[in-house]
Amino acid sequence: MLIAAALSALLALAVLGVAAGAEMWRHRLIYFCCMIASLVLLAGGIKHLGQTPGTGPAIVLPIGLPWLAAHFRLDNLSALFMVVVNLAAAATSAYGIGYCSHLPEPRRVTPFYPLFLFGMNAVLIADDAFMFLVAWEFMSLASWLLVLADHKNAENRHAAFVYLVMACFGTFCLLTCFGLMAGGEGAYSFPAMRAAKLDGVSGFLVVLLALLGAGSKAGLVPLHAWLPLAHPAAPSHVSALMSGVMTKVALYGLIRILFDLHGEVNWAWGAVMMVIGGITAVMGVLYAILQDDLKKLLAYSTVENIGVVMIGLGLAIAFKGSGEKTLAALALVAGLYHIVNHSIFKTLWFLSAGAVITATGERDLGKLGGLAKRMPWNGVAALVGALAIAALPPLNGFVSEWLIFQSLFKGPSLPHWAMKFGVPVVGAMLALAAALAAACFVRAYGIAFLGRPRSQAAAEAHQVPASMRLTVAFLAVMCVVLGAIPVTVTDALSHVVTPLTGVQFAVSADLGWPWLSPVSSTRGSYSGTVLVMTGLGLCAVTLMLARLLGTSRLRRADAWDCGHKEDIPQSQYTGQSFSQPLRRVFCASIFAARESVDMPDPGDNRPAELKVRVIDPIWVGLYATIGRAVDFIADLVNRIQYLTVRRYLLMMFTTLVLMLLVVAVRQNQ
Amino acid sequence: MANAQISYDIAHLIGATVLMAGFQLLYQRRLFAVLNTFAFQALALAAAAAWQAHIQHAPHLYVTAAIALVFKAMIVPIALHWLVEQLGIHRNVETAMSIGWTMMAGVALVALSILLVLPVTANATALTRESLALAMSVVLLGLLMMITRRNAVTQVVGFMALENGLILAAVSAKGMPLVVEISVAFSVLVAMTLFGIFFFRIRERFDTLDLADLETHRGDRQ
Repeated sequence: MLIAAALSALLALAVLGVAAGAEMWRHRLIYFCCMIASLVLLAGGIKHLGQTPGTGPAIVLPIGLPWLAAHFRLDNLSALFMVVVNLAAAATSAYGIGYCSHLPEPRRVTPFYPLFLFGMNAVLIADDAFMFLVAWEFMSLASWLLVLADHKNAENRHAAFVYLVMACFGTFCLLTCFGLMAGGEGAYSFPAMRAAKLDGVSGFLVVLLALLGAGSKAGLVPLHAWLPLAHPAAPSHVSALMSGVMTKVALYGLIRILFDLHGEVNWAWGAVMMVIGGITAVMGVLYAILQDDLKKLLAYSTVENIGVVMIGLGLAIAFKGSGEKTLAALALVAGLYHIVNHSIFKTLWFLSAGAVITATGERDLGKLGGLAKRMPWNGVAALVGALAIAALPPLNGFVSEWLIFQSLFKGPSLPHWAMKFGVPVVGAMLALAAALAAACFVRAYGIAFLGRPRSQAAAEAHQVPASMRLTVAFLAVMCVVLGAIPVTVTDALSHVVTPLTGVQFAVSADLGWPWLSPVSSTRGSYSGTVLVMTGLGLCAVTLMLARLLGTSRLRRADAWDCGHKEDIPQSQYTGQSFSQPLRRVFCASIFAARESVDMPDPGDNRPAELKVRVIDPIWVGLYATIGRAVDFIADLVNRIQYLTVRRYLLMMFTTLVLMLLVVAVRQNQ
Repeated sequence: MANAQISYDIAHLIGATVLMAGFQLLYQRRLFAVLNTFAFQALALAAAAAWQAHIQHAPHLYVTAAIALVFKAMIVPIALHWLVEQLGIHRNVETAMSIGWTMMAGVALVALSILLVLPVTANATALTRESLALAMSVVLLGLLMMITRRNAVTQVVGFMALENGLILAAVSAKGMPLVVEISVAFSVLVAMTLFGIFFFRIRERFDTLDLADLETHRGDRQ
């Protein structure tokens, strides 16, 4: 009931957003109300997750198609994603209270923001395919409008166009997928789809179309092309939602179809998903390392994390398809855990990027630096976020990646030889991606927040409003909390996983709270709680010893200046120089990365330049080719436009005769 | 029984006459001959409708026959005659495909219609089946005429012949209400008037009725 009220409130806020006008306090009020609505939805989700046997009451509303009422239902899976969505949404809404006055045109953002929240929540509670797709489109179109918020920039218009094309493609695939599952009678409600049995070919097509449809929204390579264009183009709090949450809603769709509605997915699809996930993770992080634009870097990092989650989901499918239900539950818990974590630290980082842009007006890493000192709140919060993304204990990112690795280590227990050998390969890709992600965020944090300012704007950076600081601090605390109490999280997740894998499962079964022991009590265990406690204890002891034994005299000295006497910020490491070794090793073949020195002619007194050329193989190889093919076909079809009346008649006549021939031949058989 | 057989034979004969007239239309090389053949086809159509009215005991089909006789066998050909004379049109039929090939294509289309209609209507009476096959052939021949002739007048005649085929199909199926035929007949008349007006306009502007010359004047052409 409260959930319905909160959703209606979001719709009403969208209408009010149109009327907000130029008065900034009205915009702030709307963001505040969005925050309240998100908190209500968050509470609803948590409350539902708390009750163990969890399928909420089905609600049927007489809207939508005349013969098909709208069905809604909240079950454990939806409740989990509702928590994921609304935790981040509450944070971004609170952030928006302060941020909206820094936007160039807040009136182009405020009305669509509640709509976007509404769309994402409606996808989660939809209980029939029609409502699901309507809500899905709602979400896509609202976010498309938000991407277009700064429409005067040609780059943003291009991003929005690519996004719209990919969103149409994705929805088309999902539409066909649901159509196949609904069968000939058009049973579009989810319970009917669950009951239906799919034959071989349509079962195959359903999985393929679900991967294409939800995968294009989630940003799986090679369908990710829109993501690094569209996510950075939106205002930062919307980028945070798109990257941290909307991709999760896409994964929700995938999980809903593959684990719940379809039910019996072949194990080989698990292998396919793991390979796609591995490639997505590695490619995503390599792209991310090459970026100089902070928000683009974050968007590519999202691609990487989606790949990591996909590895977990693929492994769960492979285990489930081979009858290893407990291991399937473990892999699924790991994947879901990473979904929760990524939604938090990616939101945190995008909000920090928004704060950086607000404070300096720059998003190019080459012009930032030294911000940790001028924006201490953001500096600390972003550091925590970077540590979490880099998967360092005791933060949350470590727990989920560790769980994924633990389930990967059980890969050899699969019966198929392809998987026995393939799983370690994917494990190696995941390890590579994790290491590169750490490097990527050392680079992002080190260049943006540490060192000396590289531009006047960075040197004059100022603190951002309190709401923007408090939200990132809150998210940083969440990163620590979710890492410190992993068992509580996995217990909640195992409630979600039980109906999907059909097995009662607890990661902490062998050793009990607070120890995670996914495989057995002797094979590997981890307790974030103990680690945090020990860490805090050691810190306290060290501090006490330092107090007791050390001197309290304050001493000031120059920092080491790396041998440079003058204070030149340009002598520091830059983003480009940090990534150069990785670019040379990994990107020379994949991205055809080449460096060349542009040497001026004798007598010319411009400086020499080191130029880097990087070619995106997927854009050039896939998207540009498709674009050329479409142009070619359009040229061919264009000729038909200027024929004589007689030729048009001839075409109609020929078509008619051909169809009659087909009928004649078929009936004579 | 013998009576029914004779009714069938006569209906078949008249239907076949309409079809033969369709082939003749394709064969003519002079514009006036085309118009005369068309009038003959309409006459045969009127006879077919009258005969169906007689054997089906459906008096409203006499009205159909009368409409066909008055409008299609008299008014339309005479009006087209008058137009051709008024406009001083070049009286050769200009073909886009040689007459021999057109005839062959026509034969193929008739074969196709028979192949198509006979199995579909296996449950209907023999009379309906034959008539439907004939009617469909006439329709396809009309279309063929429209696409293999360049001159606007011959295209109009092709359209009218196509429409004759439709009426032939309508009269041979039992229970077709009269209102359909009347409305079809009137729409043909309206079409005829419109075509006439357009002929005048085209002629005024471009001094020819060859449609190919019209193409170069289309505004949207790039």
